[in-house]
Amino acid sequence: MPPSLSPVRTLSRCLLRPQSPIHPRCQWHPSSIRQASAAAGARLNGTVEFDSTPILQHTSRAALANPELPPDVRNGQTKRINLYTAVNEALRHALQTDERVLVFGEDIQFGGVFRCTMNLAGDFGTDRVFNTPLSEQGLVGFAIGAASEGMKPVAEIQFADYVYPAFDQLVNEAAKRRYMSGSTGYNCGGLVVRMPCGVVGHGALYHSQSPEALFTHIPGLHVVIPRSPLQAKGLLLSAIQSNDPVVFMEPKVLYRAAVEQVPVDAYHLPLDKAEVLKSGKDLTVVSYGTPLYTCAAAISAAEKDFGCSVELIDLRTIYPWDRKTVVDSVKKTGRAMVVHESMMNAGVGAEVAATIQEQAFLRLEAPVKRVTGWATHTGLSFEKFIIPDVTRVYDAIRKTIEY
Amino acid sequence: MPNTMSLRASTRRIHCSKLLHPTTYLHTRQTPKVPVGWRQCRAVASTASAERVLFPGALNSKFTNEMAFIRPSTHKAIPTYRVMDQYGQVINKEVGVDTEDEEALTLYRNMVCLSIMDLLMFEAQRQGRLSFYMMSAGEEGIAVGTASALDPSDVIFCQYRETGVFLQRGFTLDQFMNQLFANKEDLGKGRNMPVHYGSKELNIHTVSSPLATQIPHAAGAAYALKLQNQQQSDKPPRVAVCFFGEGAASEGDFHAALNIAATRQVPSIFICRNNGYAISTPTSDQYRGDGIAARGAGYGIDTLRVDGNDIFAVRRAVKEARRIALENGGKPVLIEMMAYRVGHHSTSDDSFAYRQKVEVEDWKRRDNPITRLRKWLEGRGVWDEDKERELRSSLRKKVLAAFDKAEKMKKPPIASAFEGVYEEITEEQKQHIEELRDILQRYPKEYDIDQHEGGIESLSQLLEKK
Ligand SMILES: Cc1ncc(C[n+]2csc(CCOP(=O)(O)OP(=O)(O)O)c2C)c(N)n1
Ligand SMILES: [Mg+2]
Repeated sequence: MPPSLSPVRTLSRCLLRPQSPIHPRCQWHPSSIRQASAAAGARLNGTVEFDSTPILQHTSRAALANPELPPDVRNGQTKRINLYTAVNEALRHALQTDERVLVFGEDIQFGGVFRCTMNLAGDFGTDRVFNTPLSEQGLVGFAIGAASEGMKPVAEIQFADYVYPAFDQLVNEAAKRRYMSGSTGYNCGGLVVRMPCGVVGHGALYHSQSPEALFTHIPGLHVVIPRSPLQAKGLLLSAIQSNDPVVFMEPKVLYRAAVEQVPVDAYHLPLDKAEVLKSGKDLTVVSYGTPLYTCAAAISAAEKDFGCSVELIDLRTIYPWDRKTVVDSVKKTGRAMVVHESMMNAGVGAEVAATIQEQAFLRLEAPVKRVTGWATHTGLSFEKFIIPDVTRVYDAIRKTIEY
Repeated sequence: MPNTMSLRASTRRIHCSKLLHPTTYLHTRQTPKVPVGWRQCRAVASTASAERVLFPGALNSKFTNEMAFIRPSTHKAIPTYRVMDQYGQVINKEVGVDTEDEEALTLYRNMVCLSIMDLLMFEAQRQGRLSFYMMSAGEEGIAVGTASALDPSDVIFCQYRETGVFLQRGFTLDQFMNQLFANKEDLGKGRNMPVHYGSKELNIHTVSSPLATQIPHAAGAAYALKLQNQQQSDKPPRVAVCFFGEGAASEGDFHAALNIAATRQVPSIFICRNNGYAISTPTSDQYRGDGIAARGAGYGIDTLRVDGNDIFAVRRAVKEARRIALENGGKPVLIEMMAYRVGHHSTSDDSFAYRQKVEVEDWKRRDNPITRLRKWLEGRGVWDEDKERELRSSLRKKVLAAFDKAEKMKKPPIASAFEGVYEEITEEQKQHIEELRDILQRYPKEYDIDQHEGGIESLSQLLEKK
């Protein structure tokens, strides 16, 4: 087809031929679009390669070398899977091994709009895996009630952007249940509220948000954001096991894009530990979720260009968070930076920076830098200017090192 | 806890004094049109042998010694109003269709235009030229019909599958395409996902993705209109109209909206498009009552169920609803428009993962708002195959011309990323803009800023703006 063919003619012709087959059963195709948004001559932006990024375990050996895995799992097998499959496997294991586990939410019965609950209703029956009516406050309140009577409900919110109707239930009920119930013993441990979050390239105002900071303000909730399939499986199983309610946010751009070797057996990862992904001497970069990939690419370019050595930390659990790992790292490097997608104002970065300032002030050689979304909404056409990219992280590393 | 105690006691005192001197009695003149029954609700039954006690919560309820649970499952389903059958035959010739041939032709052309735009945009999305799209297939009559039966000054709130409302009100093909491509002419300044149209000029509020949030907005807007109708009696009265899906009607906002609309007696028409699905969720997982119409009575709201494939029924229902809504200063009306979602939920959805293809094919064959009106037009002798072919070909050309123009246009200025959060840019935003500009200037190869109107200059202008 000659490239000059006018769009009018191309489209007209499509109408004449039969409807092209529908795409695979999938709601979003983020990774391709995301890559396409980088400028043609870019050297930094668009350099996140999911096939080779150090954030993912590309070999079975590397995956099993993880010291957080129990010995029997480390002697077992791995399988190359993406993040939604890892979530699915965790849910499947939980349903299989504990009859108290329930999985429900909007549209989850056919597999969910991101395919995380594929085949679960068929395999475990619709008493335990079912569609709810379209009401977030209703389904989260329902989950709190079920958890308070001894079940382990894993409720799905279709997009983190739509969790707000359930905000009251999460903040006023789930988070305060144990405290307000005093010695009665009531609590809603076992409750997990899962939700896809983050930008995908074209989600605009209401399919892009990362509202973790709204929940980290609330003692009583654990807020967890996994960075990869291996992490997602182990952290989700721990969330379901936990005796406290957990808000579990899944970066939806990673559902398909992040593929790695994941142990076939079930395992639990700690909900109270950050993880040092790469050690370094000159600067500590603290992040979680999708921006870790951006950070890894930026760090690799910066280390090459500036001859520095950068430490990268994944918070994993954003609240209550592992302050010691972060502070110890900054005491060693003397410089720190926090990177996240959501806005800077009153964000997780503010909390991390303040804590570093309080606990490692005398070791700081530069102000703690925040590389985050700007104080605005994620307008469709502007996402690439708003969300931290490799260039911004790279430049911030340089400025912090050179400060 | 002595403090709490005294607080409680004083609250009680306030309650008592209110009961003794209800404010409604003191200010009867300022609060007109309160139905008499409601004012009496604080009274107590006079004698023990009275047939009904005026419990404040259920007026006029008679006593009974027969224990009879209400069993909705034994009730007959609410009937579905139609004017013509699926063959385009008018059922009651005396009542007729209330529509001149010329107007019917315009409605038909608009419905066809909508379906052609849908097909083309669906395909454009498949080709990767558009990030997203939502079709109206099967529901064209509801949107076009409703909009045609309202006054252009009536205020409308949409969910997202009401492109026909915009079309009927005069949103141009260029305006649609500019929004879909989020270009510099887009009224939404390139900020929203495709199909999130809005137009103050046409009195249609901008579509917002969170479901059901627009329903209480409509109640509040209708209350504003109610007061304005009273205050500006020289102007023709207006109503607020709100569209939503049967799925969205499960949200708390739906219930809150209908209740507050009823208690404030606002001139509003709530239009539920019941198309059988909320993405994959069938109505059987969504509710167990008799659709959405059955809820109207629960809120004391006049309600009608309508065949959404019958554009004449839609129009008559909405005209009558508008009359009712403006009666005595205002009251809400609920209409449930029955339909079947023929298309996928959106371009992100493959509905054959959860429903049979034959189910969809059956529906397409059985009934459709466009073919039904076409049959009627042909019956009137004002439409034929040649006209149909000509219309489709000319509409296709028009849509594609607008498409072509819009796709080539630049994106909105980068400044639009920051403007509009507040009326004025904040000091913090200014710093963010400066930081962004600095990055864009020092790393020019990393960004395609020339796609955006004004390039980097728009940020500088924003910073200079006083
Ligand atoms: C608060 C909220 N929850 C979930 C969603 C995701 N969502 C978008 S459309 C949709 C289904 C809506 O169904 P319905 O109201 O019946 O409208 P239809 O699509 O059938 O026209 C869902 C669940 C959303 N947009 N907002
Ligand atoms: Mg629906």
